[in-house]
Parts: sequence; C-alpha cells; structure tokens
Amino acid sequence: MKRFFIALTFFASLILIWHLLVKTGIWSPVLLPGPGAVGEYLGVALQDGSLLSASWVTIKRLLAGYLIGCLIGLPLGLMTARSQTLNDTLGVLALGLQTLPSVCWVPLALIWFGQSESAMLFVVIMGTLWSVLISVDNGVRNLPPIYTRAALTMGSSGFHTLRHVILPASMPYVISGMKQGWAFAWRSLMAAEIYVTLLTGYGLGHLLHFGRELNAMDQVAAVMIVIVVIGLLADKVLFSPWERFLHRRWGLNG
Amino acid sequence: MQDELNTPPAKLHIDGVSKSFTSKRGKVPALESATLTVDEGEFVCLVGPSGCGKSTLLNLVAGLEAPDTGSVMMDGKRVTGPGSQRMVMFQEHALFPWLDVLGNVIFGLKLKPGLNDKERVEVAHYYLKLVGLERVMRASIHELSGGMRQRVALARALAPNPRVLLMDEPFAALDAMTREQLYADIQRINQARQRTVLFVTHNVREAVCLGNRVILFSPNPGRIREQFVVDLPRPRDINDPALAGLAGEITRALKGHTRVQSAE
Ligand SMILES: Nc1ncnc2c1ncn2[C@@H]1O[C@H](COP(=O)(O)OP(=O)(O)OP(=O)(O)O)[C@@H](O)[C@H]1O
Ligand SMILES: [Mg+2]
Repeated sequence: MKRFFIALTFFASLILIWHLLVKTGIWSPVLLPGPGAVGEYLGVALQDGSLLSASWVTIKRLLAGYLIGCLIGLPLGLMTARSQTLNDTLGVLALGLQTLPSVCWVPLALIWFGQSESAMLFVVIMGTLWSVLISVDNGVRNLPPIYTRAALTMGSSGFHTLRHVILPASMPYVISGMKQGWAFAWRSLMAAEIYVTLLTGYGLGHLLHFGRELNAMDQVAAVMIVIVVIGLLADKVLFSPWERFLHRRWGLNG
Repeated sequence: MQDELNTPPAKLHIDGVSKSFTSKRGKVPALESATLTVDEGEFVCLVGPSGCGKSTLLNLVAGLEAPDTGSVMMDGKRVTGPGSQRMVMFQEHALFPWLDVLGNVIFGLKLKPGLNDKERVEVAHYYLKLVGLERVMRASIHELSGGMRQRVALARALAPNPRVLLMDEPFAALDAMTREQLYADIQRINQARQRTVLFVTHNVREAVCLGNRVILFSPNPGRIREQFVVDLPRPRDINDPALAGLAGEITRALKGHTRVQSAE
C-alpha cells in the first residue's frame, strides 16, 4: 500500500510539473499541449471507440506475431544448441540477424507482402524470433551437464529430459530472451505502423502518424501515453509472474 | 509401499574394467583393469588420491559411461546404460533449482511405474522425514544450507528405492558437525534397510566409519591397490579410538602406494 502511494505521488507530481510548464509558457502548447488537453483527447477517443479499436488492432498483431515467433524460436534454439552443424549455420545466421534493428525488416516486408497484415506479422515475427532463438540456445548451452546426468540416472531420457529438465533448467535465459523479443517486436510493430498505412485496420502507430499529419499534438502525446501504458501492462501481465517464479526458485533478481 | 520396501539390494561385479579419455594432450588412462565384487547390501568405500579414477568407476557403474574393456554386471546382468536401479549422489548436489524440495524428491518417483500420485507424495514424505527435512518440503533449493541440500539429495537418491547407491564425495563440502550428523543418519537409514553402496571419499576416517570394506586406489593410471575389511561394531562413532587406529593404518598404506607410485 505504501509503495502504491509513493508511485501515485510520483506520477501525480510529474503531471503537475508538466501542467505548470505549459501553463507558465515555458513549453509552448503548440509543441506539447498540457495534460488537460491530452486528457480531453483521451476522453473523446475512448468514447468514440477509435482509441480502443486501434489498441486492439495493434495488440492483436503483436500477440499473433509474438506467439508465432516464440513457437518457431523455441524449438530452433533447442536444435541449434544440440547440433554443431545447425549452430554453425542457423546459429550464426540468427546471431547476425539479431543485431539487425528489427525496423530494418519493414522495407523488405513491404516488398514481399505489400501493404498487408502479412507484412505487419512478418515484421513482428522477425523482431521476436531471433532473440528468442539465441537466448534458448544460450540457455541450453550453458546448462550444467550434471542436471541431465542426474536425470538420466533417475530414468529420464529423450523427450522427457527435454521437457522436464532442459527446458525448465534454461528458464532464466528463456524468459529474458522472450522479454527482449517482446520489446523488439513491440518497437518494430510501431515503426511499421507509422511507416505503412493499412486499410485492414488502424493501429496505434497509425493514430500517431495521423496525429502528426494533422499537427494534433494532443493526439500524439495521448497515443504515446497509451503505448507506454500497454507496454507496462504487458510487462506486468506476461512477464512478472515468471520473474517472480525465477526469483523464488533461483533466488535471482528478476 | 510395503512392497516397495522389500526389493533386495543387488550384487555388483566389476570385472577387468579399463577406461581412458582422449583429451588435447592425448590419451589419459583414467582406470586400468579394475576388478571388484560388491555383495548384496555391502557398503564399500573407495579411497585414493585425486585423479585415480574413483569418479570414473562410479560413472561406469552408473552406466553414464561405457568401459573400454571389461564389464560391469548387476545381478549377473550387464550394465549398458543409466537406470533408476542405480542412483547416483553427485559431489555437487545436482538438485533441480526449478523444483521445490518435495518436487526434487518426487522427480525420480514419477519415473517409476506402479505408483499413483498419492503414493509418490507419501514415499517422498517418508524419506524427507527420514533425513529430517519434513519442515522445509516447500522451500526452494537456494534457500537451503549446504548440509540441507545434501540431505535432499540423499532423500532424492533413496526415494525410488534403488538397489545400488553410488555416492561421490557427497559430504566433502560440509562442516564437521553436519558431517557427523549425516554419518549417524546414513548408518541408521542403512540399518533399517540395507542397500548396496559404493561411496567415494578422500577422508579415510569417513570411509572407516561407514564402510564394510575400504578399497585403496593409486593414480597414473588409476588402479585398485589394496583393501581393508572394517569389522568394527555399528553404529560407529567417527571419534572412536579403535576407528582412528584403523584409519591411521589405512592412511599409511595409502601414503605408501602414492610414494611407490611417484618413485616408479
Ligand atoms: N570426461 C573426461 N575427459 C577427459 N579426461 C577425464 C574425464 N573424466 C576424467 N578424466 C581423467 O581421468 C582421470 C580420473 O578422473 P576421475 O574423475 O575418475 O578421478 P577421481 O579419482 O574421481 O579424482 P577426485 O578425487 O579428484 O575426484 C583424471 O586424470 C581425469 O583428468
Ligand atoms: Mg572424483
């Protein structure tokens, strides 16, 4: 409860400072409107549904691409960790592609898929896939061999060992890789949405883009806040439970 | 559970077993023509300087490694791979951090057919009580002290009721007090139900305290040199003078072998 009030006070003071900066004219309201104006836009946009539907469109794209990226990256990471040949080929490729800022996939996606949902999906998958693959690979590679040996002597082997020993043992790596993948996916999707107008659905990136075109800075600021809040919520909902688990079992700082 | 308690210990035949490893510096002979028979329910301690192939022998018996020549037999059947009949207690505890204490003990039980979940929990409880850890069953491994971890490892190794227990310097990292407690525990547990045990240690007194027999190894290449039968009454106290006397004799023999070795 005390933590909650401290946080509340912190954010309330931020808004107050923002308000005062605009009010006293230190910040021009043309460049950054005050919290009142931004709040007003938020209220209207929430009521006419444009904000919610845009958020929903974005989150759907993100979740679908992220899920696919994880589902591909996880088994591939397991495989590159266990096969030297795969590691020398796919592993090196993944390492290279992971250093590529995921925004760079946008032009390619446009050429390949046109201005379509597939292009968006592709960008998100590329953002997720490589960091998940590499972290799973790392996690499995750094496993103390004693875990699998112990499991073997207890009668575990093959898929059972994979499912009940190798995967859970590499969890600290896997979770941090999935978190990084999420961040990359989120960023690349925003870039893609700002970059490309899609008729199949306006996401938050599009709202941001239109806001800039119309010089509606209240809209820009409001959408940015929504993006931040979604990012925070995702962190709390998707990753906090896992990090608490890691902290409890491994005693790591999650 | 009653039935569980009645599986008899196994007899081990290690016959002319050699094992070498190839490393960057060439071929390292880890163990050379080791022959050893361990009777049902016998507690045999392996003692010798570092690098004389004690862990290698244990891994061969566990089936984690295959011998170059010779064979390891359990009750007349050749050991070809690891199996839950032969449980290993590794030098580092090797407990799984993603499971709690109870989960670790149940892991091996889950791989044993013929038990339902309720029975598994019962068996795990029984062994955790035996090693005095029933109060921390839900704790994470990282919250336990080193001695408690070794106890969990002991419970985990005992719970699936293996016919052979292979212990590789299980208490090396512990303080003297905890160790003495565990000597008493092990003797009590083994009294209640005998198992065939191979126990590796650097501590000669520990070996004399626990073993029916103490086997001496010498290095380069690893060989079995000599053996001593320990005929002292049980339960044994590590501070007993008679035990200390025998330990002194074995230590002298051990030094002799090492000296002969370096003179060769
Ligand atoms: N996987 C391996 N690869 C290469 N060499 C090995 C391997 N395992 C053991 N050896 C070598 O075999 C020899 C015997 O090793 P082993 O671990 O059996 O010794 P030990 O008697 O258990 O020693 P310690 O008391 O120090 O544990 C050593 O010279 C070691 O370097
Ligand atoms: Mg060893």
